[in-house]
Amino acid sequence: MFVPTTDSEKREMLEAIGVDCVEELFQSIPPSLRFPGLRGLPPPAGELEVFRHVQALAEGNRPLRCFAGAGAYDHYIPSAVWALAMRGEFATAYTPYQAEANQGALQALYEFQSLVCELLGTEVANASLYDGASALAEAVLMALRHHPERRKVLYSQGIHPQSLQTLKTYAANLEVEWVPLPLTPEGTTDLNQLRQKLSEEVACVLLQHPNFFGCLEEVEEVCHASSAQGALSVVSTYPVALGLLRPPGECGADAVVAEGQSLGIPLSFGGPYLGLFGTRQALLRRIPGRICGMTADLEGSRSFVLTLQAREQHIRRERATSNICTNEALCALAASIFLALLGPQGLRELAELNFYLAHRLARRLERLPGFRLRYATPFFNEFVLDCPVPAGKLHRKMRAKGYLAGVCLDPWFPKLKNSLLLCATETRTEQEQEEFCAELKRCL
Amino acid sequence: MPLRAEPLLSERSVRGRRGVRYPRPARLPADHELPAHLRRRALRLPELSELDVVRHYTRLSQKNFGVDTHFIPLGSCTMKYNPKLNDRLSFLPGFQNLHPLTTQEALQGILELFFELEKWLCELCGMDAFTLQPAAGAHGELAGILIARAYHRSRKESARVEVLIPDSAHGTNPASAALGGFTVIPIRSNTRGRVDLEDFKSKLGPRTALVMLTVPNTLGLFEDEILEIARLGHEAGALLYLDGANLNALMGILKPGELGFDLLHLNLHKTFSIPHGGGGPGGGPLGVRKSLEDFLPMPRVVREKGAYRLRENSKKTIGRIRSFFGNVGALVRAYAYIRSLGGTGLRQVSETAVLHANYLRVRLRKEFPSFVDEPCMHECVLQAVGPSWNGVKTQDVAKRLLDFGFYAPTIYFPLIVPEALMIEPTETESKQTLDEFIEAMRQIAQEAQSCPERLRAAPHHTHVRRVDEVQAARKPNLRWGRGEGGGGL
Repeated sequence: MFVPTTDSEKREMLEAIGVDCVEELFQSIPPSLRFPGLRGLPPPAGELEVFRHVQALAEGNRPLRCFAGAGAYDHYIPSAVWALAMRGEFATAYTPYQAEANQGALQALYEFQSLVCELLGTEVANASLYDGASALAEAVLMALRHHPERRKVLYSQGIHPQSLQTLKTYAANLEVEWVPLPLTPEGTTDLNQLRQKLSEEVACVLLQHPNFFGCLEEVEEVCHASSAQGALSVVSTYPVALGLLRPPGECGADAVVAEGQSLGIPLSFGGPYLGLFGTRQALLRRIPGRICGMTADLEGSRSFVLTLQAREQHIRRERATSNICTNEALCALAASIFLALLGPQGLRELAELNFYLAHRLARRLERLPGFRLRYATPFFNEFVLDCPVPAGKLHRKMRAKGYLAGVCLDPWFPKLKNSLLLCATETRTEQEQEEFCAELKRCL
Repeated sequence: MPLRAEPLLSERSVRGRRGVRYPRPARLPADHELPAHLRRRALRLPELSELDVVRHYTRLSQKNFGVDTHFIPLGSCTMKYNPKLNDRLSFLPGFQNLHPLTTQEALQGILELFFELEKWLCELCGMDAFTLQPAAGAHGELAGILIARAYHRSRKESARVEVLIPDSAHGTNPASAALGGFTVIPIRSNTRGRVDLEDFKSKLGPRTALVMLTVPNTLGLFEDEILEIARLGHEAGALLYLDGANLNALMGILKPGELGFDLLHLNLHKTFSIPHGGGGPGGGPLGVRKSLEDFLPMPRVVREKGAYRLRENSKKTIGRIRSFFGNVGALVRAYAYIRSLGGTGLRQVSETAVLHANYLRVRLRKEFPSFVDEPCMHECVLQAVGPSWNGVKTQDVAKRLLDFGFYAPTIYFPLIVPEALMIEPTETESKQTLDEFIEAMRQIAQEAQSCPERLRAAPHHTHVRRVDEVQAARKPNLRWGRGEGGGGL
């Protein structure tokens, strides 16, 4: 299957090569290891058979009504997004190394960088990284390269636990001292602790906004305090929220990263997603990953090309700013189409709608006996709900009723045994919220 | 006929124009809910109708070469046909709408798919365990590097900090090794394009943590002293890593585990037919031997009492390398690909890939000699050198190929080959396409003699002429609104 070569063509080719059979082409391989047989693999199957089989696996996942966020958000995806992104000219193209044959993809990347800069409030952006967690890790690596003499990294405990785990894995063999910044009882990063712990040994300060618990942080104060000590401030953020929130770049962040999934990319059990990465012009030559630039062709016409490649692995090898090669270009394209379709008004409306629905849900839940919001701090579309019973038990019962009732926090924060992290987006109607609340009450 | 230049989104923008609309909420955020200093003041995104957007991206797509439209003979990239069924399957609602923190009882279908896929990859590669999490090849390499480091540490051999890498290797190998905190020691290639055994021996020692090889190597040649290299490496206490970018030559032909490799990564966007996407998303599963299994990143798919589950903890794990599970869309496609072809089909894939590469190599021998003149595997490295070329460079050959409707091969790589053209035709191209490509290459060789200036000025028939890369790097223009291109915003 998928091999077009007929037997007679095969013979013609063998003859041109001057061998009798294909096996002869493998003579450099030790005979005892050649053609081992693949007994553990399935037999070949036709398209219909494979379709049925994989569809059955897809249906083996129970669909749940989703009230969970925690880094992956159930947003509606306009039809045009993937209808355009999956055009074969985009989806089946290689990395645009031959600029003249890839002007389409290159212009789209240039536009992506422009949109990301505007959204995050940064001066420059790259053409994507794997996901939000690895983007945060790359930002830390960039900060450590920028400050080779500083070895401390201050991180807010409001950062997504999986992002923290990821960046600690990335930096496992670098000498880094990780210093946690606790949250106040209001759910935001303790600024007094930050000021106490900042010193000239700190390479960077990491903040998430809105933080993992949904609370909005005082980004500007964190960034200013950091820069007063010469530390780089790195803020991880949520793109859809930026329809309403002041972008971290504008608040003084030196690097802004984000999980871009909310911009038209399906939940798809966690990937592929999209790492956004923006920073200051001054750090341009330390940026990881690909960058596309506008230039001219030999007749002076506007053209686009991958540029500043001297930072990258295929040129700089062990001295590259990152090892990243293949990234998430098609997801970057989808995110650009999403932003182009929404425009400034659409993105703002989407953010306002999320804000409204989440606050509506929070108010409804607060009225249920025994439930209360853990934090009174401003939030966007996600919040922590304290329950009168262990959250795990409630979560299980709700699942039996067809709901994904947020995310239990105790696997990461053992003290939060009774807490659920809940999220409301535009995909859950007010009616569904009512049903959810009623069911939650019954499940007590 | 070349299309006219397509304006930037920002230049198409008209104030007040709308694409997608959302219902207005009953209430907007109050000041106590969202204080003024946290609010966004301006959002300068382009304003377009849905048709504006559709036309813009459709036109851009028409200025792009993909496998669906063109032959892409890029060496080490395996630009094979991407079956449409696999795309369709990855978009099934049962996968697409699945939140990554869904509880495991509701995930049995997808976990079964992962479990089976890991098993198949183990069989194909002769490995004992796989992680499907890495998002791309370099990400898999990083995981492998971190595992090697953790493994040596667990044996109290922290002094092993060197990684031996041939000078013909992909750039990601040394970059990943450095990111993992290792020192990179390059190994020379010999005149046969293989690892220079003497140089290898002289650099191997008690500080060697890992030997990273590509098989077949980036010259498309089987590393024929691999068994000896593996024996020496293991004797010296090092682990052996395979960059599996070139697995398209090996399926059903040999199992890398049987050559002595302890770890390897695969590129799903190469061998396993998932579309390359213009630079991702990809997939870079990492396979290991039993003795390294406990070091794999979390989470892992396990089967217990007839049910699948994700295990989040293990004592020795290197930790998490990304959020959530992996590039699931890629994994569904790779699963469907293997399920379609089966073991016999995969062997036919590799055999045909090798047949096609040798056919091109032999038919182009006169005009473009091979760097090493012997049977190749799935790709061949040719050169445009000699007096007949009149100063025409490989770069010019590549650009001229675009005029003939072919994407260019990988050029100037591997770094050890002057004026290299690295050509990988894959098994999915027809003999007619290969013959047309051969014709174009021969005509280019002829043009080098008759009108070399035509080559130096190529391409002539693409949407833009040769692009000025020097200016792009010297005066970086990386976004609109700074200088040119602010348009209607």
